[in-house]
Amino acid sequence: MDIQALHDVVHNSRDARRQQTFPKLSPAERDTLIKKFHPDHREAAYRSVAFGPNEGDLTVRELASVLEGDSVVPGDLSLTPHYEADVLVVGGGGAGCAAALHAHAQGAKVLLATKLRLGDSNSVMAQGGMQIAVAPDDSPVQHFLDTLKGGHMKNDHELLKTMVEEGPSIAKWLLELGVLFDRDDDGNLHVKKGGGSTKARLLTCSDYTGLEIMRVLKDEVLNQKIQLLEFAAAVELLSDEQGACAGAVFQDLDNKRFLVAAAKTVILATGGIGRLHIQGFPTSNHYGATGDGLALAYRIGAPLVQIDTFQYHPSGGVYPEQLVGQLVTEGIRSEGGHLVNGRGERFVNELDTRDVVSSSIIRECEEGRGVRMPTGRVGVWLDTPLLEAEHGEGTLDKHFPAMVRQYARYGVDIRKDPVLIYPTLHYQNGGVKIDVNGETSVKNLFVAGETSGGLHGRNRLMGNSLLDLMVFGKRSGLTVAERVKTMTHGRLTLNHLQRFRTEAKQHRVTNQVTSPVVLPAYTEQP
Amino acid sequence: MTSSFDTEKAVSREEALQPQMVTVEIAGKSFRVPAGITLMKALWYTGHEVTRGAGCLGGFCGACATYYRTKDDPKVKTCLGCSHAVEDGMSFSFAPAFPARKATYDLNALENPKQDLFTLYPEAPLCRNCNACTEACPQQIDVREGVWKAVFGDFKAVSETFMDCVMCGMCVPVCIADIAPNLVGVYASRAYGVREMKKPPGLFDRIQAIADGQYADDWERILKMSDDELQQTSATIKS
Repeated sequence: MDIQALHDVVHNSRDARRQQTFPKLSPAERDTLIKKFHPDHREAAYRSVAFGPNEGDLTVRELASVLEGDSVVPGDLSLTPHYEADVLVVGGGGAGCAAALHAHAQGAKVLLATKLRLGDSNSVMAQGGMQIAVAPDDSPVQHFLDTLKGGHMKNDHELLKTMVEEGPSIAKWLLELGVLFDRDDDGNLHVKKGGGSTKARLLTCSDYTGLEIMRVLKDEVLNQKIQLLEFAAAVELLSDEQGACAGAVFQDLDNKRFLVAAAKTVILATGGIGRLHIQGFPTSNHYGATGDGLALAYRIGAPLVQIDTFQYHPSGGVYPEQLVGQLVTEGIRSEGGHLVNGRGERFVNELDTRDVVSSSIIRECEEGRGVRMPTGRVGVWLDTPLLEAEHGEGTLDKHFPAMVRQYARYGVDIRKDPVLIYPTLHYQNGGVKIDVNGETSVKNLFVAGETSGGLHGRNRLMGNSLLDLMVFGKRSGLTVAERVKTMTHGRLTLNHLQRFRTEAKQHRVTNQVTSPVVLPAYTEQP
Repeated sequence: MTSSFDTEKAVSREEALQPQMVTVEIAGKSFRVPAGITLMKALWYTGHEVTRGAGCLGGFCGACATYYRTKDDPKVKTCLGCSHAVEDGMSFSFAPAFPARKATYDLNALENPKQDLFTLYPEAPLCRNCNACTEACPQQIDVREGVWKAVFGDFKAVSETFMDCVMCGMCVPVCIADIAPNLVGVYASRAYGVREMKKPPGLFDRIQAIADGQYADDWERILKMSDDELQQTSATIKS
């Protein structure tokens, strides 16, 4: 296939497109478009959960299967503990590290377990920054209202107020650990404006905010000599005789042995769900983002909220193959970059909201106006050379050096040729229902970060995830550290699993998958 | 540990059926794989179970440090296996975890972080300028320069040099002085943040304002609102 011929459609239509203005859609048109093409509105992709705390609730089929899935743990597993801790943190990303460090600082004995390495997470990839209302013309109240608007007014008010109010003290904590947030000349924190925010509120460490935060948190977890259990996947929680959470069963990824950890309290910080490839979407998520915490919490009886809504970022890479699903910066569109279909036509106002833009890209591709690459993948063009034409040569090098490098690595010169994009599965808006301290409906079971739900409503605002991780990691860590002082270990049981299995049988659920999924099944089988 | 999820989403069928195939050597064994896929996908394609050496799959976490050599080139290079494409005749091996020593420290308790570097990492000043670390860096960081800046106490410069560091650790096994440059970088960078950088005054004012209840009236007004009123208040905010 001649890729240059596909590019030429964009080059040849550029001058005509530059004369065009493309209006934003009316509210009615937006609704129609979203209902028809946004993945959250694809009825065929949804079904109701057959049993358990969310029985009857609609969610995507992939998640429903995981929630109804069976455990690998046999009912008669010996529950003699291999590990004992006050606090068991499951997950080694931002929320897990924040929880572990805060609980440890209060004197609790912490075990931090993760199925990959400490730090392997989505947190490490966060580029945009962290929203905290620190600027003089800003306030936590303003942050609250912006987030609410972004979340279609469906956010949990109490969780949201807690997050925005604790933001500044989180910035202080991270600075004290040595995180190098960008500064203004007067020494104050530099803030950038993010999509959907009325004030400049994003704290950044250049384009590496998540990486810088995780480098520091990982280093500190190691400095504090917090006990680690790596390459061990949590495959079941443990309950005591009163039904409270009392630990977890892990499976060692190397030798497949089960490991039992007794803990007075458990904090699940296992992240998101992108690697389940909901509705077949590529994802910007890390290798282990398989929704493990949702399955674990569900089986022990914790209800989930807003599990019918996910964030699909409009610009995920399609070509070259190495960039499939990875985020392409929204900045190109902010600076006037056009989205162009296979016929050389614009089809949406590029600055419309994420859900509208994603829906329109999907429409173009489904109605046969997308561009198919030799790899078999389909997308639409993002006209990057237009920026050079509009603002002068060197514009991309000056304002988008990271993206120029991102593509140059694979021999694509975005200054000369457009790039192909398609929406990518980015974030799980909902999750396990928690209170302001991160505790679920199951006593002594806490959830922090993307695994939890309610805070972001039906659409998370850029830069709010990093803050969510830190605030609820911290709060859950501090809460459990206080609680374990007056607690003893409960007797370990798998009573909840037995109950769950009985319920599955009663509901005649067949073809149960094994969940949690732990890692995506990418390996070709013979 | 298997699941019922199909594999189509990782390596699409169309791609798998592509006639254009290349020959690569993975850890010393020859395979045919589709042209253009990443080294990581080549592992999955050839039936390897990947539990080690894979993390964010986006070039940020440094889990997939890889050695590779292209056809007829004697030079062994490094890359992140999740973000590098196969080429015909390429030979590659994922780097095993390297037993580097990380010093532990309390940054606030250190007497003089610039001097303490030599106690925590006594090998740091023994750099013999071979430049192998810089050549081994898949992020094109001038690692050798960064180590020297740390030794000379310019921790601010170290933090700037190592901002792109994904901690893959490829600079460590090549060092003839047994320095772990990435760990030296984290130490110096954090020490700079904790001990040298001025605290931002505006932040502390904001924390105080929240503690003093300066926003209490606003909260009271907002939290009393019905969903409709809130929607209207939010809608009036100009972006």
